[in-house]
Amino acid sequence: MERYVFSILVANRFGVLTRVSSMFTRRGFNIDTLTVGETESPEFSRITISMRGDEYSRTQIIKQLSKMHDVKQVQVMERDETVTRELLLIKIKNDSKTRQDILAAVDVFRSKIVDYSPDALCIEITGESSKINAFIELVKPFGIMEICRTGIVALERGSHCLNSDTAHK
Amino acid sequence: MKISGSQIIIEVLLEQGCDCIFGYPGGQVINIYDALYQNQDRIKHIITAHEQGAAHAADGYARATGKTGVVLATSGPGATNLVTGIATAYLDSVPMVAITGNVPCSLLGRDSFQEVDICGVTLPITKHNYIVKDVNDLADTLREAFRIAKSGRPGPVLVDIPKDVQIAQTEFENKKPEPEYEDPKADDSQLKTAVEMIAEAQKPYIYCGGGIISGDAEKEVMEFAELIDAPIGCSMMGVSAIPCSNPRFLGMQGMHGHYASSMAQAEADLVIAVGARFSDRATGNKQVYVRNCNIIHIDVDDAEIDKNITSHLGINGDVKETLAKLNTMLSKQSHPAWTAEIEQLKAKEAGMVQKSEVMTPYDIIETVNAKMPEDAVIATDVGQHQMWVAQHYKFEKPRTFISSGGLGTMGFGLGAAIGAYTATHKPTVLFTGDGSFGMNLQELATAVSTNAPVIVVLMNNGVLGMVRQWQTLFFNKHYSNTTLCRQTDFVKLAEAFGALGFRAENTAELSDALDKAIEAKRPAVIDCKIDMDEFVLPMLPPGGSIDDIITEIHGGEI
Repeated sequence: MERYVFSILVANRFGVLTRVSSMFTRRGFNIDTLTVGETESPEFSRITISMRGDEYSRTQIIKQLSKMHDVKQVQVMERDETVTRELLLIKIKNDSKTRQDILAAVDVFRSKIVDYSPDALCIEITGESSKINAFIELVKPFGIMEICRTGIVALERGSHCLNSDTAHK
Repeated sequence: MKISGSQIIIEVLLEQGCDCIFGYPGGQVINIYDALYQNQDRIKHIITAHEQGAAHAADGYARATGKTGVVLATSGPGATNLVTGIATAYLDSVPMVAITGNVPCSLLGRDSFQEVDICGVTLPITKHNYIVKDVNDLADTLREAFRIAKSGRPGPVLVDIPKDVQIAQTEFENKKPEPEYEDPKADDSQLKTAVEMIAEAQKPYIYCGGGIISGDAEKEVMEFAELIDAPIGCSMMGVSAIPCSNPRFLGMQGMHGHYASSMAQAEADLVIAVGARFSDRATGNKQVYVRNCNIIHIDVDDAEIDKNITSHLGINGDVKETLAKLNTMLSKQSHPAWTAEIEQLKAKEAGMVQKSEVMTPYDIIETVNAKMPEDAVIATDVGQHQMWVAQHYKFEKPRTFISSGGLGTMGFGLGAAIGAYTATHKPTVLFTGDGSFGMNLQELATAVSTNAPVIVVLMNNGVLGMVRQWQTLFFNKHYSNTTLCRQTDFVKLAEAFGALGFRAENTAELSDALDKAIEAKRPAVIDCKIDMDEFVLPMLPPGGSIDDIITEIHGGEI
């Protein structure tokens, strides 16, 4: 099982996200993370999906997505040529005994505290998924109250862009 | 000039060359029906007994002609009644535009009376769908719907139009239909590889799917077969693409395929699949299917290539164009040893014919076949009768076999036959079984009201024969809920609908009934009793392969 990240440029229209995500469900592919947002052009949205699967799923997903009328471009993001980021918001118990350790961890991971209350701390951290995972593991003993992850966003390194070859549709 | 959304619908339908639609009125399409009333001299509307029948009729219309079929239904139950019909068209790649009304935009999302999110419901069974919330988008959306339905691999597109959009007025100008989206073109290097693979093959076999018919590539396939000296088999969707009189044609392959075509496929060293999708029904066990052969897969839909079977060479392109190009690149091949082997298979199959004292399904099909011209449209429902017809009717012209393949929709046939007749005005026969016929027989009312002289040949065995066959072979003859014990008098039933009713115990009576029905030019039902233990043979058991082919059954034992 490999991990694949798909960048999908779609028409910024009502219901497109449902179309794309339901194709995964219908054909039996599991989505790990999904993010979506408007692009530099309001006509298009960009969906980033990460999933685990084999070569067969990879090819089928590209082909099935490319077939959809609202999908303008699909690309599998190669690990070495891609910048990926995820954002995590995490709420941890604020306790005078552990506070210093938490602050040290926040410092080392170059994250920041975005909310502070007498019994809880909210921390924001950005990075690759592995970094996020490591941070979560590290602060687990301090008492995680809740977490919220955005899922992966990804852009190709260099000057090539996903929207530069949408001519075929 | 400003016109209403409803009038725009009519204008765009006419722009797209649509002369006839099928549908059923209701509260949220009443404005469209008013526009139809005002334009009744320009566009014909056929009202069916049930929206499902209308969807199947639009489908039959499309299959028989290649034109896009159009169906219209109201919101809520009207729209959901289309669902089986749309799914049927989707699985068999039939171009169709379904138009549904919906509650006014301001009432959407509030569970209003007869409100259903039909776009959500039909998402996985349409090529694309739309809800139009602004009358200014209506014309172009409908045009785009037609374009998508017909382009590349065809399929159904649904357009949901809330009532206020039907009423609202806007400027409208007629436009010529846009050309279809361009088909993918086969890569030259791939074609060269194909030519090399074909040159190396000693036992090539051509496997045709429905894509040959929808891609209009019948002539190119036959030329191709001549050039490479190969036999031709097909999936059920490919039936009628190649004339049965063509000596290269071995018939349908697969679960209930002809012995010769299934065996030839298994013996082949190169299978060239054209416009086919390697459905489990067409291949049986996939590991065995591919064991001896290389596979070249030509299809207009790239997603079919390597989906069900990994090919050695996948060529994504329009089948007609691809084959035409290949034909110019190929030199004439000759495989006398292979041809001799095929002849032996054909001879062995010819010896398998089962004769019986009572009228068999084969006798029924032969009798009908003899009475019908080559261009007669033969529709079926789903089940044993469908397989017998697909195997034994001698089709000579493309688009004359109208049958639900991928979805296997019992109840498809009567609506589809009416649609096909409406489109072609050619003699039309529906072969059905008592199970399938029971599902949508109310469309007899439509056949009568529209003067569609469809002849329904009912293979009546009192059981759900296909399931019974499985119960006999694989479930220790536990006939769970497949023995119908109904007391339906189909002659009286036909007469009650205003159609002709006949009963035929033997081929002489059948022949006589057919003459009378043809002569009367009225819809007719001919109730033909057949034995409940007739089997569809040969059979590859589910999940089985050519090694497990069943060609004979005695007393329910293999």
